[in-house]
Amino acid sequence: MSAALSPVAAGDNGEPLIRWDWIGHNSDIITQALNDHLVLSIVPVVLGLVISLPIGLLCARYRWLYAPVVGLTSVLYAIPAIALFVVLVAFTGLTRTTVMIPLTLYTLSVLVPAVVDGMDSVPEHVRQAATAMGFGTLRRLVQVELPIAVPVVMAGLRVATVSNISLVSVGALIGVGGLGQLFTDGFNRDFTTPIIVGIALIIALAIAADVVLLVVQRLLTPWARAGSSRRAARRAVRAEPAMPEEAAL
Amino acid sequence: MNAILDAIRWFFHGEQWHGTDGIPHRLSEHLWYSGLAFAITVAIALPLGLLLGHVRRGRAASFFGFSVIASANGARALPTLGLLILAVLVTSSSLVPTLIPLIVLAIPPVLVNAYTGVQQVEPGLRDAAEGMGMTGTQVLWRVEAPVALPLVLLGLRTAAIQIVSTATIAAYVGLGGLGRFIVDGLKRQEYSSTAGGAILVILLAFLIQFVFALLRRVAVSPGLRRTS
Repeated sequence: MSAALSPVAAGDNGEPLIRWDWIGHNSDIITQALNDHLVLSIVPVVLGLVISLPIGLLCARYRWLYAPVVGLTSVLYAIPAIALFVVLVAFTGLTRTTVMIPLTLYTLSVLVPAVVDGMDSVPEHVRQAATAMGFGTLRRLVQVELPIAVPVVMAGLRVATVSNISLVSVGALIGVGGLGQLFTDGFNRDFTTPIIVGIALIIALAIAADVVLLVVQRLLTPWARAGSSRRAARRAVRAEPAMPEEAAL
Repeated sequence: MNAILDAIRWFFHGEQWHGTDGIPHRLSEHLWYSGLAFAITVAIALPLGLLLGHVRRGRAASFFGFSVIASANGARALPTLGLLILAVLVTSSSLVPTLIPLIVLAIPPVLVNAYTGVQQVEPGLRDAAEGMGMTGTQVLWRVEAPVALPLVLLGLRTAAIQIVSTATIAAYVGLGGLGRFIVDGLKRQEYSSTAGGAILVILLAFLIQFVFALLRRVAVSPGLRRTS
């Protein structure tokens, strides 16, 4: 990959922090890295959501499951990403899978508690009303409980998505890092432009993903807009620190 | 699976246990960098978080609160590897610039959890303390801080683990520590060293979790443990 990059002035004396012409000359490499990055970070989020929904629902129903499951996921969460990547190399090689498995596990450890908390956020009287109206268990779950749980689950989903987007770049150490490749590349050639481009794009990607998820949440919960949006906003700010766990790297 | 067995065998080579590239030396380096970064982080973020949570009245306070939480969410998006490399390339020296990203990334969890912990103390409890004649400082130290302790500890644990794992990555830009085994192993294609280093880092992360679980058990008031 580095062979394809344009030559660089040696040394950092007088070298500007960003060389804009480099960006123009290497736009296809940057686009490729961005695409890779998107796949590497979003696929684990989707997988994590698909896996954590049934697990979370089971834990919400059978409480005794919750403590051991959360214990397990929080232990996994504490393992630094680079260590997991490296251990997995023995099984899956230097492939995308090696990067995506740990990210899926991190997503699980954020989303399983989020799903359980979301189910807990359903008021008991709503559940009883649904039952009284003749809703069966499955229909009540899909049409009543899950929609009410959406804001809490979405809060978890946003945390997981944003931390995945920044974590993918660590994969560059084993050669699968999306935009992280720009970091190692810049380091090898003592050249700051790709590094700054990489950081800027990762932050932009994280913000964009966050905005998309917010829009999705708004579309999924039309009733939240109807009420006093001010109170909802205040509640959202207060609900935010309900997941104080930060991503371990 | 063989590769993992190789890594386990790697631990029992005599050469792994002495010299600059031995496990004891690398471990002590790792603990030294991490400990330094952690101490600085705590010194900055913990008093600030407790104080911001304590002073909750007024527009300025709520603005600060909002920016604390926003900064924490924003910090999640920052790619550590990029920051580390940038810091090293721009300053072209080693220890201090590598510590800065470590600290910057560890401050938000401590700050947010201390802030939320104090802020979420039940108003009735605070009123009762004031009604007993406690001054503001006494309320903070005797009521709010102990009640906030579980969250504060959670923030400290998150920061500690974050620092230990970022310090591992910092080996890539030339810092010592356990990350050296991983980075050098990858470079020389010696998988046993890489995996051995990874296992050590994982054990260290588990140890930190265990220490904080212990701290929680010892330091948190029994009355609080029952409810949370």
